[in-house]
Amino acid sequence: MTWLIIPIIILVILTIGSAIYAVVTKNLLYAVVSTGLISLGLSLFFFILQAPDVALTEAAIGVALTTIIFIITIRNTTQYEDEPKKEKNMKGELSND
Amino acid sequence: MIKKVLIFIFIGIIGFYLVDIFSQIPFGEKRDNVGDFYLEQSVQTLKVANSVTGIVVNFRGFDTLGEVTVLFLAALGLSSIMYRRKKQGEKEVRAKKPSSRILQVGAQIIFPMVVVLGAYVFIHGHLTPGGGFQGGAIIATASLLMLITYRKFKVNHNTVSWIESIAGVVFVSVGMVGLLKGMAFLENFLDVGELNSLLSGGIIGIIYVAVGFKVAAELTGVIDTVLLNNRPDNNNENN
Amino acid sequence: MDQLLTISFYGTAIALILIGLYAVLAKKNLLKIVIGLSIMDGGLHLLFVSIGYIKNGTAPIFSPEVLNTKVQMVDPVPQALVLTAIVIGFAVTAVALSLVIRLYRHHNTASIDEIKNLRW
Repeated sequence: MTWLIIPIIILVILTIGSAIYAVVTKNLLYAVVSTGLISLGLSLFFFILQAPDVALTEAAIGVALTTIIFIITIRNTTQYEDEPKKEKNMKGELSND
Repeated sequence: MIKKVLIFIFIGIIGFYLVDIFSQIPFGEKRDNVGDFYLEQSVQTLKVANSVTGIVVNFRGFDTLGEVTVLFLAALGLSSIMYRRKKQGEKEVRAKKPSSRILQVGAQIIFPMVVVLGAYVFIHGHLTPGGGFQGGAIIATASLLMLITYRKFKVNHNTVSWIESIAGVVFVSVGMVGLLKGMAFLENFLDVGELNSLLSGGIIGIIYVAVGFKVAAELTGVIDTVLLNNRPDNNNENN
Repeated sequence: MDQLLTISFYGTAIALILIGLYAVLAKKNLLKIVIGLSIMDGGLHLLFVSIGYIKNGTAPIFSPEVLNTKVQMVDPVPQALVLTAIVIGFAVTAVALSLVIRLYRHHNTASIDEIKNLRW
């Protein structure tokens, strides 16, 4: 495994860079896509560690299904991190600004 | 400001202890543990080629039953949290415009291939890397593709519930047959074939097919519940 | 070279755990907290699988070419445990996100500062 040292270093930079970007950014859609990138990097790590079952499971569940459930949550809530709170009228309806 | 400094100190302490513990475990050294026993038994007693499958279904089969139960509870909790009573005259809200032409033609070509790949993965779970959970997730992704592309695609919740229930009952009753014959729960009672053939491993094939069907039906129901359950007046204007 | 490999596998896993922990503790948006939980799960799984690696080992599958010669195989027990853990992590994330949607519908905001202030 010693001759795989350069791809391993590229994978480490990709994974940790996506993790830091997912926590720092304010646009939630970019954070969700970065989480998918982390799952992809982890799946390649599992392949290098000679574990094909775990790599298949992480690729199938972490990249496809987790991302779609996050995106549907973004559609039902806000997309940017600090949005001003919508106010309600006296009757309890949403007021259009 | 003081809160952030405290958080950094806390993370620093946890990080220091983690590094201290895991620097004492050398990377890549051989230790004598229970893995050698399982690798031997998987060739001699069980005759199954994928030893991770042998551990998950046969040696630690009760944990797989617990995992299937946890998935079932998660799907149940999710659809009961997002439950809304339908008001009069309210229909499902789908997309306003049809999807692009490339997506429609491509989905027609790719959908049968993905379903066949998922079925192959959970049927040959004891010969190649794969298994029930992986195959079920692949089939759920295929049905997600169809739900995104076509607006008239409906998932019949009755059919999905029946498939899931029958698959769960098959799993538990295969385990009960072992009890009725005087052995332990989930013990192997069928004949183990020869190594690397399709009918090897006893009850492992039956259990993984049941788990594959159950996970596929469950995840399809979860995605259908989450995708089509939004209020018309709560959508964002900047799509 | 040996040190470099150790640092890259264990170090990535520990770094992912710490980054996820920071996102859970210090962020105010509910969705960011759930993203941090998911990142912490990933780091933990990598830590588990990289403990079971043996040098010059191969995947624990007995294909017909491997049966005759005697090769060293990696430990299959951590892989079986992590297989279960990935599926359960996905189930927990799905239920947590449905709770986030429900909270947003009720309070009309997704920030825990505002939700703590509204006491009704």
